[in-house]
Amino acid sequence: MLAKRIIPCLDIKGDRVVKGVSFKSLADAGDPVGCAVEYQRQGADELVFLDITATLDTRETMVNLVTDIAGEISIPFTVGGGIGSVDHIHRLLDAGADKVSINTAAVYTPELIGEASKIFGAQCVVVAIDAASGDGAWKVYTHSGGRPADIEVVRWAKEVEERGAGEILLTSIDSDGHKAGYDKELTASVAEAVSLPVIASGGAGGPEDIYAVLTGGKADAALAASIFHYGAFSVGEVKEFLAERGVTINSFQKRT
Amino acid sequence: MIVIVDFGAGNTRSVLFALQRIGADACLTADAAELKEANGVILPGVGAFGRAMERLKRGNLDAALVDSVSTGKPLLGICLGYQLLFSESHEHGHHVGLGLIKGDVLSFGKGVKIPHMGWNSVEYRKSSCLFEGVENGTFFYFAHSFFVRPAEHAAALAVTDYGGEFVSSVQSGNVFGVQFHPEKSAGAGRVVLENFCRLCRVS
Repeated sequence: MLAKRIIPCLDIKGDRVVKGVSFKSLADAGDPVGCAVEYQRQGADELVFLDITATLDTRETMVNLVTDIAGEISIPFTVGGGIGSVDHIHRLLDAGADKVSINTAAVYTPELIGEASKIFGAQCVVVAIDAASGDGAWKVYTHSGGRPADIEVVRWAKEVEERGAGEILLTSIDSDGHKAGYDKELTASVAEAVSLPVIASGGAGGPEDIYAVLTGGKADAALAASIFHYGAFSVGEVKEFLAERGVTINSFQKRT
Repeated sequence: MIVIVDFGAGNTRSVLFALQRIGADACLTADAAELKEANGVILPGVGAFGRAMERLKRGNLDAALVDSVSTGKPLLGICLGYQLLFSESHEHGHHVGLGLIKGDVLSFGKGVKIPHMGWNSVEYRKSSCLFEGVENGTFFYFAHSFFVRPAEHAAALAVTDYGGEFVSSVQSGNVFGVQFHPEKSAGAGRVVLENFCRLCRVS
């Protein structure tokens, strides 16, 4: 049976992890490769790296970093942040990323979704949707949540599926950073509307929030940052919590 | 030396990295002649079946792969490379594959999310040196929208449940295939790659 996935997300600025990861076991908490290795050790199913500066100047840095990460870890990882062309996607995949996450560019140039999907395969095209509520409807936001796009979220999710996306990374801007739980209704409404895997993001405060979004929220995977970064919970602890409640997870225990 | 066929279908570098991590002597190549020098060959790949076959043909890599197999060298197909081993595919039309294993490639039906993405368990149908040291039911990482249907049951090494069972690994003589990505399947994937390298006598 397919396991639900737990995906730690790391914000990258230049070639450093920001938002203070604090692993006691790591001498250099800002080192992306070290953090990636630690999360794999904890039992993460995948990782997401978001380039939060994402300027032309830092693009090369990210490509080199992707190669360093791919050389060290043996679980899949996604790279996002400022990706807007087939050429850029090609460079990141070629460097060793398994998937790319497109957000603002998908809204402004939606044909990019189809082009990338056709060339590289749907499985490596993640469309990130940042959603905020207002006027009784969930709307899509671009530019890291800074700009409303006047598109209804479920309608956009269906469109990205038709255009060839392989996965949706759905972030609730309303819940993000509050550690009060994911937005289960939003997540379920998208997960029911499309037949693509949906990764829920924004609001994880503890294992019970992750449990809730993977069950009632119908998400296929849960992305979280701060609960893991500050060592409140390890990925392994979250998975143990889920397994005790009957959620199928990969504990990485079975091997030899 | 293990030669990884690089025909511009992505993810080849991840396979190279994984082999380097286990200390295997490996290289990427798009040159059909290099397959002759190899102890074993890996055919990776993600993306579309038809396009991949075209690229293999353009570089005469299809014939080189068939030749390599006929000399008894082990071949491992991964993900799309696994599907390419079969006779034909119904992915967006009809395409002829390498025909090293009889069978075809089909789309998952309605009722499951597509792509089949993430960690799923692999249940053995018979024992194989490829999975030596890996417990039955171990999770491996999958990312695909189509699945294979071997014509002969005997070819199936393992199955995986996704809205019904599909064959997730095959062996026919020296031809091996896995639908999952061993290079992205952490410790269990590493063991599978080590087993393949041992078959090729490079580790």
